[in-house]
Order: sequence, then structure tokens, then C-alpha cells
Amino acid sequence: MPFIPHTEDEIRAMLDTIGVERIDALFDEIPAKLRHGRLENVPDGLSESEVTRLAARRARADGEALCFLGAGAYDHHIPAAVWQIATRGEFYSAYTPYQAEASQGTLQLLYEYQSMMTALTAMDVSNASLYDGASALAEAVLMAVRVNRKSKARRVLLPRALHPAYRDTVRAIVSRQGIELVELPYDPASGQTDPAALDELLASDTTAVVIAQPNFFGVLEPVDALTERAHAAGAVAIAVVNPLALAILKPPGEWGDEGADICVGEGQPLGVPLASGGPYFGFMCCRQSIVRQMPGRIVGRTVDRDGKPGFTLTLQAREQHIRRSKATSNICTNQGLLVTAATLHMAILGADGLARTASACHANLNHLSERLCALPGVQSRFASPVFHERVIQLPIPAAELLKLLAAYNILGGYDLSNDYPELENCLLVCATEQRDETDIDAYLAKAGRILGLRNEAKCPVQPKF
Amino acid sequence: MLLFEQSVAGRRAAAQAPRQAVAPDDIPAGQLRATPPALPEVSELQAVRHYTRLSQKNFSIDTHFYPLGSCTMKYNPRGCQEIAALPGFIARHPLAPERHSQGILACFHELQEILKDVTGMAAVSLSPAAGAQGEFAGVAMIRAYHESRGDTARNEILIPDAAHGTNPASAIMCGYRVREIPTGADGDIDLDALAGALGAHTAGIMLTNPSTLGVFDRKIERIAEMVHQAGGLLYYDGANLNAILGKVRPGDMGFDVIHMNLHKTFSTPHGGGGPGAGPVGVSARLEPFLPIPMVGCNGDDYYWLTEKERPQSIGRLSAFAGNAGILLRAWAYARMLGRDGMHRVAEFSVLNANYLMKRLTDAGFQAAYPERRATHEFIITLKREAAELGVNTMDFAKRLLDYGVHAPTTYFPLLIPECLLIEPTETEDRRTLDDFVTIMQCIAGEARETPEVVKTAPHKLPVKRLDDVLAARQLDLRWRPENPPPGSSD
Repeated sequence: MPFIPHTEDEIRAMLDTIGVERIDALFDEIPAKLRHGRLENVPDGLSESEVTRLAARRARADGEALCFLGAGAYDHHIPAAVWQIATRGEFYSAYTPYQAEASQGTLQLLYEYQSMMTALTAMDVSNASLYDGASALAEAVLMAVRVNRKSKARRVLLPRALHPAYRDTVRAIVSRQGIELVELPYDPASGQTDPAALDELLASDTTAVVIAQPNFFGVLEPVDALTERAHAAGAVAIAVVNPLALAILKPPGEWGDEGADICVGEGQPLGVPLASGGPYFGFMCCRQSIVRQMPGRIVGRTVDRDGKPGFTLTLQAREQHIRRSKATSNICTNQGLLVTAATLHMAILGADGLARTASACHANLNHLSERLCALPGVQSRFASPVFHERVIQLPIPAAELLKLLAAYNILGGYDLSNDYPELENCLLVCATEQRDETDIDAYLAKAGRILGLRNEAKCPVQPKF
Repeated sequence: MLLFEQSVAGRRAAAQAPRQAVAPDDIPAGQLRATPPALPEVSELQAVRHYTRLSQKNFSIDTHFYPLGSCTMKYNPRGCQEIAALPGFIARHPLAPERHSQGILACFHELQEILKDVTGMAAVSLSPAAGAQGEFAGVAMIRAYHESRGDTARNEILIPDAAHGTNPASAIMCGYRVREIPTGADGDIDLDALAGALGAHTAGIMLTNPSTLGVFDRKIERIAEMVHQAGGLLYYDGANLNAILGKVRPGDMGFDVIHMNLHKTFSTPHGGGGPGAGPVGVSARLEPFLPIPMVGCNGDDYYWLTEKERPQSIGRLSAFAGNAGILLRAWAYARMLGRDGMHRVAEFSVLNANYLMKRLTDAGFQAAYPERRATHEFIITLKREAAELGVNTMDFAKRLLDYGVHAPTTYFPLLIPECLLIEPTETEDRRTLDDFVTIMQCIAGEARETPEVVKTAPHKLPVKRLDDVLAARQLDLRWRPENPPPGSSD
């Protein structure tokens, strides 16, 4: 019996102790007609070897593509030590550290994680994680509405240049609480938030403004000016940032005169593999003054009976298991294992390693986009500086190029035309520190060939799919 | 010692970062960081040793019996971890084209089908990232269903007083009012109170069955009938699905929506507080509202179902497709169990719980519901020990740690004073359960003879009992070089 240790003798003895004849008798309080136990669509059990071979066949068929696709999930090097330590059973198979004395490993690690995240973001406090970047932003919007009591409008500005899936997620999670989400347009020349449109929208009561750095186009926003405008209008400034980029970019705690109020983002670039989109982790940091409105677990340092330092979950009066319907959020389980990996990742790379990685991404992207833009009919769409992604205008629909590149096992980027009809033929490309000259050569060779043939208006290559 | 305190300026793990440092000189200076973040500067070995040692300060399933009620701390098979880490899965970009994703989509589709079958639901979406997000999705679907029928006066969700705290918190996030329904003395829901609460304002009820009291509500069919007659829907909190897996299906009990906690019932790791996965299943009338993305299959090919195919969906709950790697582990676990293995999960988790409850009551401990069958978990109340000996449940829990057992869930559910919610799970053997009884007897003896030992426990862990009040009063939430630890005299 997979994973069940009982022998026949033990079963007999245990049933005798209980005083029943058969295991089925233990279900006798369940109305008989509900107990049918048919499972027609569950296949027969497999051994570990069989299921591993089946999975390996499927994984091999999916293959490993050369990845120039980012759009919220990035292919970075992860030191081998990170997951070898994170998957130690003592981390992997523990749960939420309710029994603090028996969980000092996880708790101290979370305290160190919170310390690292506040260092990276230059914010006062961090929680111990949320599900992912998009849902963390939804929680930040709800938090901003709780925090900003002066604003009566429950109106939040979301940039059009924010990740489309983040906008969808925020809408799905906050829309049933009477919060109005207003789209903040971008400047079609710079790809940055349109300052005139922002001023116009801020003329009405605004609860919060979301500022993404970089934004979905990879473009760096004038974060100081945006934060100050938000604050001048009495709105909470919510930063959405790539944590790796913060190794080289100005941290949200230093934006404008006072810094952003809440900072969230996707933690995946800090030691979490692409893994088909999850599990990742969302992070959230904020000002000290609003920490009691923050959702999620928070670890604090305290002392034990002997005065020795130790760690424990704190401010639990914000949480669902204490406050129930009055909690700051319904979140319970978060993404502890991913935070374990991220803490190891940040510890091993350090500030210097993260900055080198971020700078290498930036340099590789610049190199890739310069070479792409040298192809006929290809140009950069926006004039602004970027981090490690750039919008490239093609002479053909992006979907066509991507389909042909995929036949060569290259993920060539993200087709923007579905989410942004105004960006026809536009492709969002990404290069991380892992995309070396050989990879970029391969991309250019194939893209150049596809675009060249297409320019000749005849295409002898049939896509394989 | 914190890793920060081991930091030496200029030390780094040189093998792990690009060898060349390239200045990003086309980025305007005003956008750049002025000073590097104050992260620890340590060698790779220092980091590995530090976190290995920290791990050794944890209790975990792999090292300790962990009968934490309502959390289903069963063995997390290592094979499932290895499958999720296969190169084709772990390196796959979430937005890779469907043509390059048929393998993983096949696994997801099979998991959807298996979960449909074990819950008796018409359709399943795997996307919620945890149980609480599944609850949110479920209640949001209830609301979307009523609104789609123009039935907009329903503004209240009923929740038993024994429910998990996530239930009321989730209902509030969906814009509902919450009304508590009391539990009767026998542990089942008070039907008179339910009848009094139902009405034209009832959107639905959120139930856990078996409940957090460790008993199966015997009147579930009547409850379903009453709620449906009032025009409400029934939500099933799947936290306790382990107790009935393959035996009874929530769909057959009359539930319209269910979330499952794959990190409980399907044995994916708890990871020190997550990740989880909280797929939702629904009856046919709620299918259009399921959260996206889902996986479709047209016979030969698998594909994503998005807002295009599901225009009435409550929407997207995360940037991609939820906790994919957890779904893969759950798929591998479900395939290894197979049909017969599913039944055995319920049978042996219930056998272990009833055996342990009987042994403990024989040893003089008081069960909260001695006349009832235990399900996969049960409650012991220590109110007599607390009153007579002044040794409370928290003292017992902390003393258990000294004996190398993780404490059961304490002081939950709130209805039962001085309670321990004990869930042994099916993967523990008889000797482990017997040892637990012996340890509980030893602690009861200590409580009588040397109560101070119990009241001041733990004694053998890395720290003694921690001051939670100080933690909340003098917030120390991050390391600062200038701040000494709290309580230090200088």
C-alpha cells in the first residue's frame, strides 16, 4: 500500500482496540447512500518508477527552449546550493511556524529574509511573502484602501503599461469590494506613464497610484516624479518592482521625497526556477506606520524565558485565524519554501552578485536589441532607457516571427498585439545574464533569416507546427 | 547568530555571479541606486553552513511526528519532488507555446479529471494558489452565479462557528456579510439555528465536513436541502478531504463548490508555510465562472482555456497558472495512489485517528466528542487538567516538543476549551501512535507531580518559551546594525 505502513496484524490489533470488526465500520456515521466509493476516472496506481518514466517522457517532449521570453518570469542562474538546502526535509516538510520553539530555523530564516527585502527595497518592514507578484499587488491595493482614510473614493490608478495579467488579477480580486480601478495611459513615444494624463486623473479624489519599475515594456519610469505627484494628490504610492533590478535601480523607499508607501513584486528572479509559472512568491514591504494593515505572516525577534534572543510570528491580531471576518486578508498558507530559496539566493549572491547579474542582463539586452534593430525594418519602439526587456517593432506580426522561431526551439519574446492592439507588430524581448553571445547569435541568425525571407515576400520554410 | 552578523565587507561567492561587472551607463544617474543594499557578504560555504544549521532547528515531518490537526502532515514522497524538478518541467517558461507544453498540460488535465472524480464535481480549475485563494474563488463564483441570474439581493454567507478563520475572511473579500451558525452539543450543526438564518438574503453556506471538530455532520443531506430551498449554494471547505477521500464525494452530499488543499490531501510539501495549491471544483451550473486558466483537451491536443473561452470567469488569480510545480507533485502522488490508494488514504487516516483517540481516552484523557466516531482527526480537551493542576494546553503542547513530538493544533476550534486537535495521518505506524500515548501519559504525570516542569517547557529546544507579548510590543522585524536584540541590557 503506497505510503501506508500498516501490516495485517497491526490493522487487526488496532481494530480490536477500537472495538470494531472492519475499517468500514469507522465510517458508520456517514449516511449509507452517500458511501459509494466509486472512482471511475481514477486510473490504477503506478510505482514510483512507472510514474517517473511517464513524467520524464512528457517533460522531454516539452523540451528545453532557448529563452528570450520574459514578461514577468525570468531565466536566471540559481546556485546549486540554493535548492539543495531549501529541499532539506527540515525546511521542505515543516509547516507554518506556529510552535515557535520548534521552528527557530524557519523563523530565523524568515527574519533574515525580511531584513534582506527591506535592505533591497529601502522600505521599513517586509512580510514573510504572498502568493505571487500579481496577487501581492491586489493585496497592496486593498491595503492602500484601508490605509488611506482621507480618500473617500476607493479609486486606484493602474497603469496601462503594467503587466496585463497583473491588471486582470487585481480586477478579479478587488472588484467585489467596491473599488474603482482606473486605467492610467502611457505616452506612446516614451512608453512611460503619461504625466499629463496622470495630472488630470489626480484632479479627482484618488486613493492610490500604482507605479511599476520597470513597467511591462521594460521601460524605466520617472519614479521620483510619479511618487511625488501621487503624494501631492493625497494618494498612496504603490511600487511594483523587479527585485533583481533593485540591485542597480533606485529602491522604492527612496523614490521622491518620502519614498513609496507600499512596495510589492514578483520574487521569482531571486532564486526561483521558471517552473511553468509557479510556485513563485510575492513580496510586500511597507512603511512602519502602516504595518498593522499589512496582510500575511510577519516574523519578529523577541527573547525567551532566559532572555535569549529568538524568533516568533508576530502581529497575529491582523490575521484570519485570530480576527476572522475582520482580518486584513484571508491569506493563511503563503510561499515559505520559495522564500527559503530566495533567502539562500540573496545570501550567496550578495549585493555585488545581484548587481553584476542585473547589469549583465541589461548589457545583454542592449546588445541583443542593437543587433535586432540593425535588421531591415526592425526598430526599437520606445525611446526610454530599459532594464532587461525592450519593445521591438517588426515589419511583420510578432506572432508570425514567434511561431517560426519556436520551430527552431527558440522562445523569441512576447507578442504585445493581443493585449495592446495599438502596438501592432510589436515584440517584447528579454535577455538575462544567461543569454550569452552564442545564444544571441542563434537568435539573430534565425530571426534574420525569417525576416529576410519574409521581406522577399515568399516563404519556402513551412512552420513545423 | 544572524548571517548578517557573519558578514565581512568585500567577501563574496565569486563563482555565482557574472565575472565581468558592466556599468549600466545608459541609465540616467537619477534612476540608479546610490548605495548598494546592505545584504550579508559571505562565502558560499558560510551561507550553506548557516542555513543547514538553521534547518536543524526545525521540527518537520521528515524528522518528527507532526500530528498538527487540520493540516494533514503526512509523508511528502520524495519521488514527487524529483518529478516536479525534471528539466523539461522546471525550466519551462510559463508562456511557452502550447505546442511545447503538451506534456505538462497532459499532467494538469489528468489531475483535473482525477479531482473531478474524487469530489463528484462537474469541472475543476487548478489555478488557485492555496486553500484561502480557493475559498475566495469559490465564494466569488457563488456571487457571480447569483448575479448572472439577476438575484442580487443575496448578501450574506452563513458560516458555522467551528469553521477555519479563512472562511469568514474569504467571504468578506467577496463583499459578503457573514453570519455565524452555532454547533449543537453533539458536534453537528444546529438545524433550528440554520433554519432561522436562511432566507432571501442567503447567498450560501461554507461548510467543512468532516468539521474542524473531527466529526462528520450526519445531517448533511438535510442541510443541503434546506440551503438549496432557500436559494443558497453550498461551499465545501476541503481542508478535511483526507478523511473521506474515495469514500464519500462532496458533490454527492449536495455541495455546489469545493476547494481542495493539495498540500494536505495530496501530500505536497508544506515548505515551512507554503506553497500550497487550492484547486476548485464546481457543479455544472457554476462551471462558466471557474477561474482561468484551465486546461482543455480535444482528444489529441491539450490547450489553455482563457477569458476567450470562458467569458463569464471570475478571472485570473495570479500572473500565470497557479502553483504549477505543486500541481505536478499532486499529479504524481495521485497517479501513484491510483483508485485503490485513494480509498486507503481515508481508511487508514481514520483508522489511525480512532485508534489514537481510543488509546488516549483509555489512558484517562477526555475526548471532546467521546460518543462520536473520530474522522481523520479528533479533539482532546485538557480543561480538567487545567482546572485541577493549573497546567494548560499550551503547557502540554510545549512539553510535547521536549519529547520530540510536534504539538497538535492548540486552542482551535475556539468552541472547545483547552483543546488539542490531533491528526495523526495515514502514513504513521502504530508504534509512533503508541509512543505518543506514552508521552502524553508521562506529561500528565509530570503535571501532577512536577507541574513547574510542564509550565516552563520547553527545556530541550534551541530556545525556551518565547515572549510573544514583547515581540508585538517592541517590534523588531528586521536586522539593523545599530539595534541590539530586544531584551539585551546594553
